Amino acid sequence: MGCETLSDLKQLREKAAQIRMDLLEMIYRAGGGHAGGSLSSVDILVALYYSVMKLDPKHPDRTDRDRFILSKGHSVEGYYAILSDLGFFPREERTSYRKFRSGLIGHPSNHLPSIDVNTGSLGHGLSIGAGMALAGKMDQKDYHVYVLMGDGEQAEGSVWEAAMAASHYQLDHLTGIIDRNGLQISGDTEQVMALESLKDKWTSFGWEVVEVSDGNNMEELLTAFRRIPSGGHRPHLVIANTIKGKGVSFMENQPQWHHKVPTENEMGQAKKELEAQIREVR
Amino acid sequence: MTNTIPCREAFSDTLLECAEKDRNIIAVTTDSRGSVMLGRFAQECPGQFVEVGIAEQNAIGIAAGLAACGKKPFVCGPACFLSARSLEQMKVDVIYSNTNVKVIGVSGGISYGPLGATHHSLHDIAVLRSMPGVTILLPCDVRQTRKMTKVLANMEGPVYVRMGRAPVPDVYSGDDVPFQIGKANLLMKGNDISIIAAGEMVRIALDAGLLLREKGIHARVIDMHTLKPLDVETIREAAAETQAIVTVEEHNIHGGLGAAVAEVVVQSHPLPMKILGIPDEPTVSGEPSEVFQYYGLTGEGICQTAKKLLNGEWE
Repeated sequence: MGCETLSDLKQLREKAAQIRMDLLEMIYRAGGGHAGGSLSSVDILVALYYSVMKLDPKHPDRTDRDRFILSKGHSVEGYYAILSDLGFFPREERTSYRKFRSGLIGHPSNHLPSIDVNTGSLGHGLSIGAGMALAGKMDQKDYHVYVLMGDGEQAEGSVWEAAMAASHYQLDHLTGIIDRNGLQISGDTEQVMALESLKDKWTSFGWEVVEVSDGNNMEELLTAFRRIPSGGHRPHLVIANTIKGKGVSFMENQPQWHHKVPTENEMGQAKKELEAQIREVR
Repeated sequence: MTNTIPCREAFSDTLLECAEKDRNIIAVTTDSRGSVMLGRFAQECPGQFVEVGIAEQNAIGIAAGLAACGKKPFVCGPACFLSARSLEQMKVDVIYSNTNVKVIGVSGGISYGPLGATHHSLHDIAVLRSMPGVTILLPCDVRQTRKMTKVLANMEGPVYVRMGRAPVPDVYSGDDVPFQIGKANLLMKGNDISIIAAGEMVRIALDAGLLLREKGIHARVIDMHTLKPLDVETIREAAAETQAIVTVEEHNIHGGLGAAVAEVVVQSHPLPMKILGIPDEPTVSGEPSEVFQYYGLTGEGICQTAKKLLNGEWE
């Protein structure tokens, strides 16, 4: 894998804009979802799934594959859009998102190929990821485990239990990522429950911390992920400073878009903006 | 000869035997290698022993991750903490996700009697019984515990086991203990009254059966070692073929074995029933034997209850 050339970067940016469109379409059709956090995390997911991780959609259970856990399970729409785009399950299933008896539930379901565990309650993913990395270490396998967390999620005590253990067991094949968009359902994270300094907290827990100043910038994300060595005896943390609702002007940095559903007009406007972004990239 | 081995020791010794043959078996513990008697396991199989410290949520989460990558983790710790502090991890990471994690709660019920309610687990069966897909097991003596552990080492899927702390008298003898998940064991035949018990209450249920026989009452005594999936057939037969049912459990009287049996009975063959267990009140603190005596959870106490029930005396 790799994505060194500009045209690849262009493709990844275009993919991110397309996934944004797809996920909003899913939310619009379903009449529910979590637009804000899905939009903020799209570039991270695209970087991982289309460039960084070793995966094989034809053999989703390969034991040497990299692992990914969406610990912020509510950002599921972008995740489903990507998995179906890559062929883990049929693209047509997207239309069943959140529908009666659909396999595409409102939080990641491990009935779907390549999803190992169900997530949706915050603060669970990092422990599971640590267990996966520990299993890899026991078996001397080389796969890497990525866990995407929300910033509001950092208030869950279990995150820090996992942080302590991953450091204790020197799980250098584990990377936690914080989608640091600064907003949670009730508003500004620092007003709801102050998190800063996240970097100091994670560093003091023994993690190797990298901060990405623009976590919606594909080039910066790829640089950060590629710098992560599979070694060094420390787990890795990427703090990606993102914008909640990224990509659609009227959704950006608006707490209500945490789980607001676009109207027909808003959907039309969002599409126009995202189509323009695709043209710009091309 | 009185048994001097606690079930938790029989469990950890058997787990070590299994782990020596299967390197995917992993013991995960929460600073409780002493409580679970895993000291020898940690020494002899250090590569298959994971200490997470006093962090039950993390222990279950890590186990789910290990299981997702092909390991067979057994999370071992006091039942009071594993079944409450990490209940959500059991619900989501293990049961809902259907990961191959075994959760072994030791010193369950009121084993830690004098330590008070923080250390009692009288809710675990009730909460876990309402989660689809988990197997719930309560072994009653060391032989059954050994057999159960071997079965679990080769079984896929989420399981919760609860056992006690102190050595308990044997129920079974010989090496070939009958143990099939979901199939209750008939310990005494009889058609007057049924006594259905689980876990370490089975022994006193058997004592009660023997006492009743001296008085000419023939009790059917059943070891309901599996609370889920429940052996519905055996309960229906007991309801159809005997005059009344007494259930006995080291659990709050709500939501445990008695409730499970009653759910079957009222929907198939209603008959007089009495649920014996720890009443729904702040549990008295004291040595387990004192607490059991206080609540009538003795062979004699069960015997009295059975006689009253057969005489048509209702509370």
